[in-house]
Amino acid sequence: MTAAAEPISELKLEGITKRFPGVLACDGISLDVRRGEVLALVGENGAGKTTLMNIIMGLYRPDSGSISVNGEVVQFRAPGDAYARGIGMVHQHFMLVPNMTVAENLALGLKDLHHFMRLDIKGAAQKIREVSERYELPVNPDAYIWQLSVGEQQRVELVKTLCLGAKLLILDEPTSALTPQETDDLIERLQRMASELAIIFISHKLNEVKALSDRVSILRHGAVVFNGHTANHEPSELAALMTGHEVTLPRNEGSGLQGTPLLSVRQLRVRGDRGNFALDGLDLELRAGEVLGVAGVSGNGQREFADALAGLRPVESGEILFQGRNLANKTPREIIDSGMGYVPEDRQTEGIVPSFSVKDNLILKDFAAKKFSKLSFLARKSIDRNAEQLKEQFDIRCPSTSTATGALSGGNIQKVILAREIARGPKALVAVYPTRGIDMGAQEFIHSQLLERRREGIGIILISEELEEVMNLSDRIAVIYKGRILKVLSAVEATRERLGILMAGLADTDPPPAAGASSLPAAGAAHE
Amino acid sequence: MNKQKVLFGGTVIIAVSLVAAALVALVLLAIGASPLATYKTILTGPLSDLFGVTEVLVRSVPLLLVGLGIAISFRSGILNIGAEGQIQMGVLAATAMALALPGLPKGLLLPLVLLAGALGGAVWGGIAGWLRARLQVNEILSTVMLNYIAAQIHTFLLRGPMLDPNELETGSGTPQSMRLPDASFLDQIIPGTRLHTGLILALVAAVLVWVLLWKTTLGYRMRAAGAGAKAARYAGIPVERYLIVAMLLAGGFAGLAGAVEVTGVHHRAIEGISSGYGFAGIVVALFGGLHPAGIIPSAFFFGILLIGADMTQRSASVPANMVLVLQGVIILAIVSAQSFLRNPYAQERVLRWMARLVPAWLKSKKGAQS
Ligand SMILES: Nc1ncnc2c1ncn2[C@@H]1O[C@H](COP(=O)(O)OP(=O)(O)OP(=O)(O)O)[C@@H](O)[C@H]1O
Ligand SMILES: [Mg+2]
Repeated sequence: MTAAAEPISELKLEGITKRFPGVLACDGISLDVRRGEVLALVGENGAGKTTLMNIIMGLYRPDSGSISVNGEVVQFRAPGDAYARGIGMVHQHFMLVPNMTVAENLALGLKDLHHFMRLDIKGAAQKIREVSERYELPVNPDAYIWQLSVGEQQRVELVKTLCLGAKLLILDEPTSALTPQETDDLIERLQRMASELAIIFISHKLNEVKALSDRVSILRHGAVVFNGHTANHEPSELAALMTGHEVTLPRNEGSGLQGTPLLSVRQLRVRGDRGNFALDGLDLELRAGEVLGVAGVSGNGQREFADALAGLRPVESGEILFQGRNLANKTPREIIDSGMGYVPEDRQTEGIVPSFSVKDNLILKDFAAKKFSKLSFLARKSIDRNAEQLKEQFDIRCPSTSTATGALSGGNIQKVILAREIARGPKALVAVYPTRGIDMGAQEFIHSQLLERRREGIGIILISEELEEVMNLSDRIAVIYKGRILKVLSAVEATRERLGILMAGLADTDPPPAAGASSLPAAGAAHE
Repeated sequence: MNKQKVLFGGTVIIAVSLVAAALVALVLLAIGASPLATYKTILTGPLSDLFGVTEVLVRSVPLLLVGLGIAISFRSGILNIGAEGQIQMGVLAATAMALALPGLPKGLLLPLVLLAGALGGAVWGGIAGWLRARLQVNEILSTVMLNYIAAQIHTFLLRGPMLDPNELETGSGTPQSMRLPDASFLDQIIPGTRLHTGLILALVAAVLVWVLLWKTTLGYRMRAAGAGAKAARYAGIPVERYLIVAMLLAGGFAGLAGAVEVTGVHHRAIEGISSGYGFAGIVVALFGGLHPAGIIPSAFFFGILLIGADMTQRSASVPANMVLVLQGVIILAIVSAQSFLRNPYAQERVLRWMARLVPAWLKSKKGAQS
């Protein structure tokens, strides 16, 4: 077994300060966490949470301050040192090798499995099975990472860290990619595990913080601005402390279904990465001026649906009629030019070119447009102006618009993508998990932006697992299950329970009210 | 921000050079030569007189041209190892053009010959680009294989169809083409030396490449395809098409280098005319940070190394091939440094060491923050 020395009884940080060129990421942070307790760490995007955790793991060295484990000052030079003291971390951005299997990824990190000239992959697979069974985190050790959805990859990360013998678990936004059920499960399990572990839990979802943590610390601009016992504070109070103002997520109050049909998808069949039909006869209709939520457990065809809409995946059969024109198997360029906007799932690799500056990423789709180029030369002035304007309008926090976009915090990267897509003035917008990993303030902002576009007459397809989000924003909610739309509910019909049941693939037993509901056949039975 | 990036890159390059120099010093010791004396000859010998300087520049011209092409392809996400073959195809095309139209006036013939060279190289590079874009053939394999094919074609033509008839009748049978018409020659810049106007051409090309990559929409597309193929695809950029364009351009620059060698230096196609510029160009490009502003000094530096190595061979009896060893070591050092530094944690670590080692760096950092 991995030798996790003595179990951790206390981890203490004192006066941790870390400066990056142009940013003070951590500003004299002191924290402590003990065995048997869960410390929640919250704060806006870019507040310095991840940086602080990376310092604990020995990935960064603090400029000043000290870390002690069980009263003994330690200096970790690498994550291996931290693991040796029983501290493990699940990173916000996955650290898995895509063209290796789950078991191989574990074997890489587990020194016990390194035999002379050979990796014990079988041993790794065995270990994964044990851990995933014990914590009920279903993971297939033989699957290749690249085949897995983001949600599944997150699960692999969790299992991997547990396999490595961590006793103090640092979870950097572990739930941002999980389904509501998985999240509830995880929270419950973590609660149970907390008695024998210490957990530092980072999340932007304050209800999770409320449910799981014993204590909460709030970071703002790299400094701790609040410490308290979770039980004594309401989520809204925490949100206000975090952002500095009252946060109220906007709701879709309008009575939808007034617009003309904008996009209709008919009998769409699309293959997934594994060659199966990930979309198997999907029907859907989007009208101008409505938000159509697509709810479903991740891995039911959402990714393939979004890809097909963006022209990134061949359509085997069926139609995507957009303003009367069939966009199936058109190139991404044609689809973009026809007025379709897209906020992709994986913002790091699909939404931006990380090494490009913020201003260059803001024109990723429009650099050749008249506005930003003349005679094939980039019009730097208007590109700069565009960037400054969007930075202002969308509150993108970056040292300057020349900063490499990959260096921004997750929330700010998302704002860059959203700014670009909205500023293009699309007729329809497909947004896939648009607020995953985004702080409350930014979420409020993104939601109100989406609703504002809706009022302007844009049709929005919102693919999300976040029921809260879907229910807040949508006029109608379509439940996707095994590559088909199981049912379309109007906003008034949709309740958490009903959506939950549908998302699990169970037939809807409520007698459907006459109006608004879809007449599509239930898909569960037809699927092999 | 940018100042720091340049400083950072510069420091890394210097560190890489020192490591490479130290490793090669070991090799030198192993063959019984004095590293210090050798390095002194290599670095100072070539620049000790005007003739030496012009010779360095003569070598820098093809290095610069090839390096620029390599930078375009690498920036676009395609690893072109085939410049050597592309140079040879450029040589053949340029020679054929000059010999086919001997009567044309210079103002017409020279541009035509240079263009033919560029086209020859572009076709050769384009093949690899097309194979990668359409059939997913790994470009490293295809360009290396195309090098062999080009070498065979080059040899065949120079020994057969293009062989100078004089060589057959009276000469020694040296495999080389006929002498080109005078109207196809690049002018001498300094009489009595071999330095020719190809230098100006190469410097202009460097500016053009900079403009292309950073000022035009085409360059934006190519860099996006190279730096984030997936995001580029999502944004509607047909990545595959720009792989082909990049290879056409890269091959074109290598072919132009070949044409410049023919019209500026040798005045006929000879065997061994590419003399490793195709591979050295890769080192030049990487060493120059894949940016024209870095590639110009880098090409000059490797020009010094090439001439210096000849000198040590004569004076210190260190084989000139030592330069190849140095090139190899530098590539390894740069590529490992790059992949190491792609990790942000490693980057932060290096920055911290630098901050400790170079107090001046700290100052500039503070300056940038305020
Ligand atoms: N390697 C780095 N180089 C330069 N700046 C960095 C680096 N890593 C982080 N930063 C900056 O430090 C600040 C803190 O970033 P950090 O990732 O810790 O925020 P966070 O609280 O985890 O945000 P999020 O909720 O979006 O994950 C940000 O302004 C970020 O841009
Ligand atoms: Mg973070």
